[in-house]
Amino acid sequence: MEMRSTPILQVDNLHKYFPIPRHVGDVLARRPRRSVRAVDGVSFTVQRGEILALVGESGSGKTTVGMNVLGLQQPTEGHILFDGYDVTEWSRGHGASLEAADRFLVPLSRRRRVMTLRERAQMIFQDPYESLNPRQTIFDIVAEPLDIHRLTPSRTERRERVRTALETCGLAPADHFWDRFPAELSGGQRQRVVIAGALVLEPELLVADEPVSMLDVSIRAEILNLLRALRRERGITILYTTHDLATAGFFTDRMAVMYLGRIVELGPTVEVLSQPRHPYTRALISVVPVPNPRRRRQRVILEGEIPNPIDIPPGCRFHPRCPEAIPACREMDPRLHPVAPGHDVACLRV
Amino acid sequence: MNAVKQFVRNPMGVVGAGMLLVVILIALLAPWLAPYDPQVRVQVTPDDILAPPDAEHLLGRDDAGKDVLSQLIYGARVSLIVGFTASFMSMFIGTTVGLVAGFYGGRVGNWLMRLVDFLMVIPDLPLMLVIIAVTGRGLTNIILVIGLLGWTYTARLVRSQVLSVKERQFVLRARSLGASAPRIILRHIFPQVVPLVIAQAVLDISVAILAESSLAFLGLGDPTLISWGMMLNFAFERAISRQAWWFLLPPGLAIVWVSLSLILIGNTLDQIVNPRLRTHHLFDARRMVALAVGVPPLAKADGAGE
Ligand SMILES: Nc1ncnc2c1ncn2[C@@H]1O[C@H](COP(=O)(O)OP(=O)(O)OP(=O)(O)O)[C@@H](O)[C@H]1O
Ligand SMILES: [Mg+2]
Repeated sequence: MEMRSTPILQVDNLHKYFPIPRHVGDVLARRPRRSVRAVDGVSFTVQRGEILALVGESGSGKTTVGMNVLGLQQPTEGHILFDGYDVTEWSRGHGASLEAADRFLVPLSRRRRVMTLRERAQMIFQDPYESLNPRQTIFDIVAEPLDIHRLTPSRTERRERVRTALETCGLAPADHFWDRFPAELSGGQRQRVVIAGALVLEPELLVADEPVSMLDVSIRAEILNLLRALRRERGITILYTTHDLATAGFFTDRMAVMYLGRIVELGPTVEVLSQPRHPYTRALISVVPVPNPRRRRQRVILEGEIPNPIDIPPGCRFHPRCPEAIPACREMDPRLHPVAPGHDVACLRV
Repeated sequence: MNAVKQFVRNPMGVVGAGMLLVVILIALLAPWLAPYDPQVRVQVTPDDILAPPDAEHLLGRDDAGKDVLSQLIYGARVSLIVGFTASFMSMFIGTTVGLVAGFYGGRVGNWLMRLVDFLMVIPDLPLMLVIIAVTGRGLTNIILVIGLLGWTYTARLVRSQVLSVKERQFVLRARSLGASAPRIILRHIFPQVVPLVIAQAVLDISVAILAESSLAFLGLGDPTLISWGMMLNFAFERAISRQAWWFLLPPGLAIVWVSLSLILIGNTLDQIVNPRLRTHHLFDARRMVALAVGVPPLAKADGAGE
């Protein structure tokens, strides 16, 4: 891995707040505006060809990070650099989000730059039952990215590219599948179609948002192997989002553990799993089932639920559930700091 | 395929389709089916005026001595033409407005929906009467007025559907691929609302037919064409006092027949594409029996258990 070249993705201090609509009563009572702090200051870097796992419980803000990386939402604060270009800068200060760029409301030059991002970075969505248009054939679904980016001059070439994409994703022979509708395929097959639709543009970055969480356990390994093969054979960079430590450990290089919109620990996957430093990471790892019963570990059962991202606790946001909290944790909001080379933790006690 | 099967399995829909088919065939074959040409002036004797049915004139004669059955047969043409074209117009306008208002939202969407609310609040028939009285009674004007005032419900229906479809993940996927707004609307959103729109359009046909009949009944039909509403108008003015039921009843029943057929078809389509309707209490056979008998369904069961 060349560490010296420009990272393909740099996320710098990303914040994404969703304002909560106020009722008349709130306005009259002069209650302050509140918002859901889905992502609350996240920074990380992904090198070319790397697979980074973003791990966290439901509601920790993983999908929101992915959507902002792809410009599907406008960050409240912070920057996202794709291949060194500030994607957020295209929209900020011009009164138009990237979303608006989809709608012809911005000058052509900016739209063209947005389209470059749309071509070079692709997203795989969580739910394969929802991410395919039920009224399009598999062929049309996989060919649509080519049409949008006007990438194929001839019909034969178009067919061949769709065929290659489908067969790369294990849907061979392609002719057997491409006249069908999504409803005629199984969940695993659909997720392969989704991946084929992303691959047909030969992207450099793939944001895979819990690509296997809706699939049967037996199919998960196949899909993850496919992603791993894509990195090996094409050098595709993957941002892999999951709430499942086991699948993250299976094929990722580095791991970022998220809690309530923040990264609490970031480091090489093997190191984070074998020597977790943050109490939250340790709690997560302790409840992953271990195949060997004699190696049973001490389980850390966290008390309470993950708090609501509207009312984030003061100080360290994890302290109300933390088994190792000290009084200072209630006041000090810990920053992410290095504890070993390439291994950062946000905890006052380490 | 599946939708067709569901439709065929529903007796209401099949009966409605059969009833409509009869009317369409009559309208198409009018010149061959009608025993007389209703537009031709006839020489009449005083006996012929409002003559009751006999072997030559199965439905008797009107106040000008013309054959009622022939008028009825030709009247089907006017009703169907007005019904289909006006509802097609409403469908087109309503779908376009609904798609734009739902997809773009914001200021454009709000203003469009305010226009819809405004049009919905105004009672249709008086407005149509005024417009037709001002613009003239030609068939084209009638179709335009009905079509241009009848799209509001479709627009609302489409908009609410678009609001939910546009949040679905495959639309997000299209956006993340860089699809343009027209492409997203036409390829990804429109196909999901088509079934709903068609079901609504069928119901709109009957509304348009009733509107034309009402206008004609009130004396604002196209004077060059015979329509059922106009027959009713003449019958009301001239035949009631003479108790010439054969002139009054047939056009009234024809209107009921065709509206009923369309409502049966439309409701069946609606049930298929819009599953929420399936739980409507009128479609629940068990409860309908209970309603008819006037006994709550559980009361009987309790009585049997004691
Ligand atoms: N459009 C939105 N409007 C309001 N709140 C939102 C929106 N999108 C996400 N949120 C909130 O932000 C928080 C983070 O959501 P996000 O979907 O990013 O979590 P996640 O880690 O992907 O969770 P999951 O595992 O359930 O997918 C949640 O509390 C969610 O309710
Ligand atoms: Mg998610």
